[in-house]
Amino acid sequence: MTAASTAAELVFDRVSKRYAGREVAALSSLSLEIPAGTFCVLVGPSGGGKTTALKMVNRLIPYDEGDIRIDGRSVRELPVAELRRGIGYVIQQIGLFPHMTVGENIGVVPKLLGWNRARTRSRTGELLELVGLEPGDARRYPAQLSGGQRQRVGLARALAADPPLLVMDEPFGALDPITRNRLQAELRRLHREVEKTVIFVTHDVDEAITMGDRIAILREGGVLAQYDTPDAILAQPADDFVAQFIGEDRALRRLALRTLSEVTLDPAADGDAGMRVPSTTTVRNAVSLLLESDADHLVVESPDGAALGVFRWHDATEIL
Amino acid sequence: MSVAQPVSGRLASGGPVIPNFGHGSACVRGDHTFCWDWVQQHWRDTLLPALVQHIELTLIAVGIGFAIAFVLALLTHRIRGFDKPVGVFSALLYTIPSLALFQLLVPFTGITYTTVEVALVAYTLVILYPNIDAGLNGASPEVLEAARGMGLTARQILWRVELPLAVPAIVAGLRIAVVSTISIGTIAAFLLPKGLGYPIFVALQSPTPFKTEIYTAGALAIGLALVCDGLLLLLRRTLAPWTRVA
Repeated sequence: MTAASTAAELVFDRVSKRYAGREVAALSSLSLEIPAGTFCVLVGPSGGGKTTALKMVNRLIPYDEGDIRIDGRSVRELPVAELRRGIGYVIQQIGLFPHMTVGENIGVVPKLLGWNRARTRSRTGELLELVGLEPGDARRYPAQLSGGQRQRVGLARALAADPPLLVMDEPFGALDPITRNRLQAELRRLHREVEKTVIFVTHDVDEAITMGDRIAILREGGVLAQYDTPDAILAQPADDFVAQFIGEDRALRRLALRTLSEVTLDPAADGDAGMRVPSTTTVRNAVSLLLESDADHLVVESPDGAALGVFRWHDATEIL
Repeated sequence: MSVAQPVSGRLASGGPVIPNFGHGSACVRGDHTFCWDWVQQHWRDTLLPALVQHIELTLIAVGIGFAIAFVLALLTHRIRGFDKPVGVFSALLYTIPSLALFQLLVPFTGITYTTVEVALVAYTLVILYPNIDAGLNGASPEVLEAARGMGLTARQILWRVELPLAVPAIVAGLRIAVVSTISIGTIAAFLLPKGLGYPIFVALQSPTPFKTEIYTAGALAIGLALVCDGLLLLLRRTLAPWTRVA
């Protein structure tokens, strides 16, 4: 299978939803095109309709108007159970089956799809490794795992049948900050490896900026405020709402998206005694180091220790 | 003495009512606290048959009660809103004293085994239905949401998720049902010469209630209840291994 065929394009085409008895619409004519393989984050305050939009993709919530298409096919075309088996689903509360072992949990959808035992078992082994668990964990029960381990299993379970699309509803919302950061980083790595299309809901702007290839910001009433790359949104918020939502430190947030290797540096003088930092440091952290050390420059070095150049204050403003 | 005299006079049928003290040992004739020789002598003709009958009585009652309660719980699980009335009805049923229930049934089913079983089944139903119902509804919302989102149909969710998760609650219900049926089952002797209640009943009939017979039959009933309870615990450990961890 080629990488391209493992991801699906997802399109929201003027999708609207109003819950009975509510004045404000849950979703107002939402249109989004999410190219295959994109990690798309839906973010916004509560009442923005992001979870509603997400749950419409696997038809846990029906939409009133418009259409949602996966690779050009309306989600309404397929029988609902079949549609859902083709979409990986991860929720904040994880929802592992307590009466099944980790291996059995991961094997639920493959079993529904009629995979034989050997294929399911080898796939389970593969997935445990992919999400950073031990092969022996397959025989443990969810009650024996930590919160972070459980969400890793939740992720493995969603990926079990190799779905082209993954929908994730605040998957890390209930984890402690350290576990969350680690899982965020691993999900990014995993996304580069498996190249699925991912729809990821969060209310946390930082998480959206860290995780997303693209971010869709929804405001109250399910109105799309802005849909773009994190960098473009930070550079040019579409309106006051977006500017306020992403925070006043957006310049610093943009710096966090870049590393020193992306900065054009002045050559370093031989024998420069300045503080040395690796080129993988983010520009934001480099600025922080300048503030802290009261120096006027840093010496950037490559992984093998060679000086690549010097980083100065104005280099930070230049890339913004 | 002999509280049950009016009932037994009409209802208990067949068999000698008073143990033959004439040929007993000194212990038996003197009705000492416990006569081991009497137990040995009457194990085959009195105690063992009573025990076997009692097991039979219990198995049939719990078996039928479980089948009805299970089907009922599955139905009310599917059709929302029925679980409440069924629950109230079964709770009301349990408030009827067992002796009264036997008597109430006599006009319909006569002084028969059926009468006894109908009453015992009614009691097991009362215990089992709420337990099975609660068990089936015990799966947490996030587990059900995940199951639906993964593409399990309602039927698959019932058989693969809700029912396995209900096993601890169902077995808990079975344990209470079995133990209470063994206990209530002794009252069946007021109607029929069956079960472990009968030796007790017979002993109570004599002008000086024969202690050994009462104690032995009572101990057998308690022992039976303990053994059944242990077996059911074992069943839960086998069917629900996840309850043993963490």
